[in-house]
Amino acid sequence: MAFLELRDVHKRFGSNEVLRGINLDVELHQVVCLIGASGSGKSTLLRCINQLETIDGGEIRLGGDRVSGRGIDVDVLRREVGIVFQSFNLFPHQTVLKNITLAPVKVLGFTKELAEERGIALLKRIGLEEKAKEYPDRLSGGQQQRVAIVRALAMEPRLLLLDEITSALDPELVGEVLNIVRDLAKDGMTMMLATHEMGFAKEVSSKVCFLHEGVIHEEGPPEQIFEHPQQDRTKAFVQRIIEAGRL
Amino acid sequence: MLTYRKAATIALLFPPAGVPAMVHSIRASRLAREGEIESARHEGERARDWSWYAVGIGLSVYSVAFLTWLLLANNHAVARVFFGWATLTDGAAWKSMLKGFWINVQVFVIAEIIVLVWALVVAVMRLLPGPACRPIRFLATVYVDVFRGVPSLLVIYIVGLGLAQANVPIVGDFSDIQYAIIALSLTYGAYVSEVYRAGIESVHWSQTAAARSLGLTYSQTMRHVVVPQAVRRVIPPLLNDFIGLQKDTALISVLGVLDVVNRARFINNSRGTLAAYSMAAILFLLVTIPFTRWLDGLIRRQQAKTLAGR
Repeated sequence: MAFLELRDVHKRFGSNEVLRGINLDVELHQVVCLIGASGSGKSTLLRCINQLETIDGGEIRLGGDRVSGRGIDVDVLRREVGIVFQSFNLFPHQTVLKNITLAPVKVLGFTKELAEERGIALLKRIGLEEKAKEYPDRLSGGQQQRVAIVRALAMEPRLLLLDEITSALDPELVGEVLNIVRDLAKDGMTMMLATHEMGFAKEVSSKVCFLHEGVIHEEGPPEQIFEHPQQDRTKAFVQRIIEAGRL
Repeated sequence: MLTYRKAATIALLFPPAGVPAMVHSIRASRLAREGEIESARHEGERARDWSWYAVGIGLSVYSVAFLTWLLLANNHAVARVFFGWATLTDGAAWKSMLKGFWINVQVFVIAEIIVLVWALVVAVMRLLPGPACRPIRFLATVYVDVFRGVPSLLVIYIVGLGLAQANVPIVGDFSDIQYAIIALSLTYGAYVSEVYRAGIESVHWSQTAAARSLGLTYSQTMRHVVVPQAVRRVIPPLLNDFIGLQKDTALISVLGVLDVVNRARFINNSRGTLAAYSMAAILFLLVTIPFTRWLDGLIRRQQAKTLAGR
């Protein structure tokens, strides 16, 4: 039994079926990258896992427990599954530190002092402790995204979902964000990331899934997907990336 | 448009700054004829600027002239009726007016505090999600529709006279001032709840997604993430409604309360003038104008704190 199991997951928006039967296993401490063209369902899949979207068919299990469908406590699930968004989504009316401590205080019941102590420690790890009292709009995009990652980490999730977290960043800011993800991978954090950073995907992932038209068209270790893809569509996709100089 | 001749011609209707506008315009055409295009353009721009000055200054001059004429017309009739010097400089009259105005101030301050909370409750009720909350949403919608649709004067009559006459339990023996506060809070609660609702809906759903993904419940998300941002955004329109509320306290005079309007009427009646109405107007302006400026400053400071260079 895998840590995260997706069985025949379907999701439809109106008449548009975005996910058409996703099957996927993620083991503890694995880093799984979802690649594929825009609209192939990468983001939707991630959003389904922590129930920001409800699925129309199939089943999702986390640590053996069913976390999709009726009768589940989404608030409990979301404590265990963190997500970081492409557009950061920091709370603009709160300081960086307050962004990080809000959920631990309100959801986990930490005291303000403890939450702030831990928040500062997390900010130190990403070298932003001097920004604790700043408001998010005063930070660069890269800094905001680092804070967003730390905000998710403050809940000590068992699984972290990263939804194209560098796509909204200026190229020179991508590195600082990916470094954090790299460190998390080293520390054994279980992660699923949708990404267009193929070089990075190749470097950090234990498994790469190529999504095409709502199904996982091919999955395997990064060497297989990027160097010896088995399926024609995967070959074509990887070929386009290489031609674009993105690998 | 190099010479702005038309603009300068119009500007001549607004002396005195129209004259330099025309001078620059003429200079511009001469320079254009001589082929000095850059200098001509420069003169043309000055003609344009002077034309705007002329219109601005001219309109002010004309306005002052018109008001002066109005005051002096018909053998100073307007000046006498609305700005009767004897009444305007009468300390006792001012004292009486201030006493009445204090009632208006109490009414709008208390009503504003009630509205601030009550309207938010209504707005949140209208936005509750899910089919189970449909009856609550419906109730809130009916309230808003009714009290936005009925004129505030009627609400004051209905609440102020009706509740007392029908001797409704608890509220049956409230004072007129309390009725006035209830009536205005009901009316403005409906308006302001719509302002809040617009504010809440303007907070991007990604904020909710981020909060919910951290495990916050729906109500925690509203309380800590959505509503604080919504309230900041709606302060200007909220203030607009509050100024409306402050002015509408004049309507409570129909209940026979000795507010500023009724006191003004008594003073006017006893002296055969309308100057006390001007005094009442001045009292309202003394509150609303500083209030607006203070809040403008507050909003500016808030934005300077959270936004960098936007």
